[in-house]
Amino acid sequence: MNLLKLSFRMLRRDWRAGELRVLVFALVVAVGGMTTVGFFADRVQMALSRQGNQLLGADLIIVSDRPLLPHYVDEAKRLGLAISSALKFPSMAAKGEASLLTEIKAVTAGYPLRGELRISDDVGGTAPIPAERIANAIPPPGSVWVDEKLITRLDLKRGDLIEVGVAQLRVDARITQEPDHSIGFINLGPRVLINAADLPATGLVQQGSRIAYRLLVAGDAAVVEEFRDWAQARLTLGERIEGIRDARPEIKAALERAEKFLSLAALASVVLAAAAIALAVRRFSQRHLDGCAVMRCLGASQAGILRLYLYHFIMLGAIASTAGCLLGLVAQEALVYWLSALVEAELPWPSLLPAAHGLLTGMVLLLGFALPPLLNLRRVPALRVLRRDIGMPTTYSLTGYALGLAALSGLFLWKAGDARLGISVMGGFVAAIAIFGLLGFLLVKAMSGVRGQTGGAWRYGLASIQRRATASVVQAVALGLGLMALLALTLIRDDLMQNWRTSLPPDAPNRFLVNIQEDQLQPLEEFFSQHDIVHPPVFPMVRGRLTAINDKMIAADSYADTRAKRLVEREFNLSWASEMSSDNQIVKGQWWESGDTGKAVLSMEEGIAKTVGIRVGDTLTYDVAGSPFSATVTSLRKVDWDTFRVNFFVVTPPGVLEKYPASYITSFYLPPQQVEVMNQLIRAFPNFLVIDVAAIINQVQKVMEQVSKAIEFVFLFTLLAGFAVLYAAIASTQDERIHEAAIFRTLGAKRRQLVRAWAAEFAIIGGLAGTFAAAGASALGYVIGEYALNLSYTFNPWIWLTGLLTGVLGVTIAGLMGTRSVLSKPPLTILRKIA
Amino acid sequence: MGRPIVQATALTKQVSTGEDQLIILQDINLVVNAGEAVAVVGASGSGKSTLLGLLAGLDTPSSGKVHLDGEDIFTLDEDGRAALRGRLLGFVFQSFQLLPALTALENVMLPLELAGVNNARTPALELLERVGLGLRLKHYPKQLSGGEQQRVAIARAFVTHPQLLLADEPTGNLDSATGAQIIELMFELNHERGTTLILVTHDEAISSRCARRVRLAGGRVV
Repeated sequence: MNLLKLSFRMLRRDWRAGELRVLVFALVVAVGGMTTVGFFADRVQMALSRQGNQLLGADLIIVSDRPLLPHYVDEAKRLGLAISSALKFPSMAAKGEASLLTEIKAVTAGYPLRGELRISDDVGGTAPIPAERIANAIPPPGSVWVDEKLITRLDLKRGDLIEVGVAQLRVDARITQEPDHSIGFINLGPRVLINAADLPATGLVQQGSRIAYRLLVAGDAAVVEEFRDWAQARLTLGERIEGIRDARPEIKAALERAEKFLSLAALASVVLAAAAIALAVRRFSQRHLDGCAVMRCLGASQAGILRLYLYHFIMLGAIASTAGCLLGLVAQEALVYWLSALVEAELPWPSLLPAAHGLLTGMVLLLGFALPPLLNLRRVPALRVLRRDIGMPTTYSLTGYALGLAALSGLFLWKAGDARLGISVMGGFVAAIAIFGLLGFLLVKAMSGVRGQTGGAWRYGLASIQRRATASVVQAVALGLGLMALLALTLIRDDLMQNWRTSLPPDAPNRFLVNIQEDQLQPLEEFFSQHDIVHPPVFPMVRGRLTAINDKMIAADSYADTRAKRLVEREFNLSWASEMSSDNQIVKGQWWESGDTGKAVLSMEEGIAKTVGIRVGDTLTYDVAGSPFSATVTSLRKVDWDTFRVNFFVVTPPGVLEKYPASYITSFYLPPQQVEVMNQLIRAFPNFLVIDVAAIINQVQKVMEQVSKAIEFVFLFTLLAGFAVLYAAIASTQDERIHEAAIFRTLGAKRRQLVRAWAAEFAIIGGLAGTFAAAGASALGYVIGEYALNLSYTFNPWIWLTGLLTGVLGVTIAGLMGTRSVLSKPPLTILRKIA
Repeated sequence: MGRPIVQATALTKQVSTGEDQLIILQDINLVVNAGEAVAVVGASGSGKSTLLGLLAGLDTPSSGKVHLDGEDIFTLDEDGRAALRGRLLGFVFQSFQLLPALTALENVMLPLELAGVNNARTPALELLERVGLGLRLKHYPKQLSGGEQQRVAIARAFVTHPQLLLADEPTGNLDSATGAQIIELMFELNHERGTTLILVTHDEAISSRCARRVRLAGGRVV
């Protein structure tokens, strides 16, 4: 207990004497930066998932093919969640002679709970830019809101009456944006939105009607999760939960990528923090060598000294990490305030989890990097009080940081939340440390050759670097690592953005045509040619339900996973092709060759294969139009859903599925000025189902823009952590520099001469760090891009120039600023201080 | 004549410099009785500080023994010797060895705090008053002159009531006038508290104040 008290007293004394400033600064900035990232990422992720939820129209939907039991509504109400319900079913809508199969949706007040329903009063008008507005309510009873497709096909005007079932409803508005587009491409007919109060009058809800009952739920994320867990346990066959996680694969891919990238940004700050802490602890331990020797002289045991400093550091870590968390909380609030002008969505309040993570990270980092030097402090020989030249521990050898690196590795894996990403980033850093360290020593050694040939300032600069060889290399490596993280981040960010831009080019497909019959293929081709639209590839599609794997019958009950249940329950779209689509990639097995035509083999999308538990070599049996069809899985594919091109979960070679009834599907880009062509197409091919994905693409792009903004902000904090490294690195040689300055000036050196010599030294260290950083960032960018994020990495020559310039200028300017105070003191004061 | 408090027997220290063995101390036999004041004198490099280091158990000999207050210190491990130092010894160094982060008062309190004494403040205050630094309690070492720093060091050395005070060139970093005052203070306290003193110096004037002189040359007592 006494030792604990003494530790606290020593901590207070060290703090008051300014001994801990660099260390605390590094730790506060590190934890502050990390928790800022954590809190911010937490909020952005919540906002992103809300943004994603706008596509659902809710945070969560319970879908059933039978009326939902009242206990779902009761529980949601009990938890204080907002609810609304919707019934969806296909039905004909008619105006006079003309009728059309439509997707009817009957909604109750409150719909949609998330996102916006936009409408326009301009129905069938010719205004070029029709005024649209947010619908703040649902269609009043007796009225109906319809989409452009229905207006075109039935030639509707505002006030027209249409028949829905046996009811006559008045067309009141045109739907311009509807949040909860149906998931999946089928059943996306023209949309009709009616008030649920009108439903009985239509007479459409009858035994055997194909109705999807949907309960929309929204509210606080934690409560929604609670409701999800509660409902999950009570789902019966035919009921399922849809949340953003279960939503469109392309939205899911975008969110997952965003999450990975934010983790990566957080990891960069962790590395910088580690470098800063390592440098600061090294300085701390050097400055406490004498103190420890004196304490040994005064009777302190080795274990006593170790415990003294261990408590000291635990208290320091707890206090500084708490301060860092508070800083993070304030900083993220400022950040969100700044961001609010740019982001439409309101960011939810963060959870406390990032603070707990911050505290833990701070402690692990500090102890990981402080423990080896502390263990060394314990071993300081008492004889040092008589002979100052002995007992200098070699804490700054890179092997001394093994514990810290191990702690860091743990943090990496934890923070990445993804072993592959974590290991690739960590592997990059470890390799960089080893290579930079080795290169650094070789370069410093090589520099002794040029030293004699250089003049004045450069010679002193080189001499200083060689005299402090280990320290110089450690500084260059630490700064190089920091800079490398920053460069890698910009590099990967640019690549990522580039990838997104190229994956969604301005002419990305924005229309899908479904239900094309074989005899319509030729007329369709001619139609495209007439209207100067590039004829897009057309894919055959056969519907089939998976019934057996390796002759073992399967049913939804065979799976615990809801998604697997759903996949087994529904019909798959099977297609055939001789060549694989360019946005597909084989991850296992092999794509067929031309000789395989007619062979009963198939290629499956890897995600679905994993969910349903299918491996290469398995034989699958499908029920296609009432007859069984069996084929062996010969490959698994990764599909890039971001491209918005037609893709299939299951593909066979040609000559296998042709005997079954097939329809065709295609996707193409329709320029906005050619919208009229669509109406002509619909009139020419009335059986086509046209899906307008432009709205979906817009929403996805919006999500991506917000992600990129979030990354910019996260990046700023990584930069702040980079300054902590620089500060710590300069401070770590401050004592020596003070000594040096005193001697130089006593010997008559002018202030200017000293400044030049130091500038030369800083420039060399900065140059080394910059070069290391550029090399490391390029390598890391390649590894992460190529293996973790599946981005094709292009070599960026600007990285070298940026790295070198940033290193040289940054270190020189900061170094000279940091040593300015040393120069302004009279040498005698300094010499007396040293004595 | 008091009981022997320090007993060095056939003390030898040699270090290897590559292939050669450098003998720093050879076959030193020394007995210092309680209450004695002994000066160890000799030219630079004669082995004075090494001898002091061995007598305090700060270093280990190549051969030979040291008994402090009857205890064979090299049969103890490093922690055992540290504990013994805390109990028996006080130190004054040429370079003062004050902890820069601690104020004058805290530096004096430190040995008591390490020994787990509850009220370290009162004896530390008394001693600082005694060495004439009652108005400098909250000053850091860097805010004190050399002479003042050495006074703090002396206060720190005496605060635990050591039986034996070891001083290594205590005036080496001071001008002669200040040095004389420091020596005066040290001898006064030594006298008041009946402490045994072993003083390493190359200054003949200072050594002449001790009752007994041990002269070292080439690692031997001459």
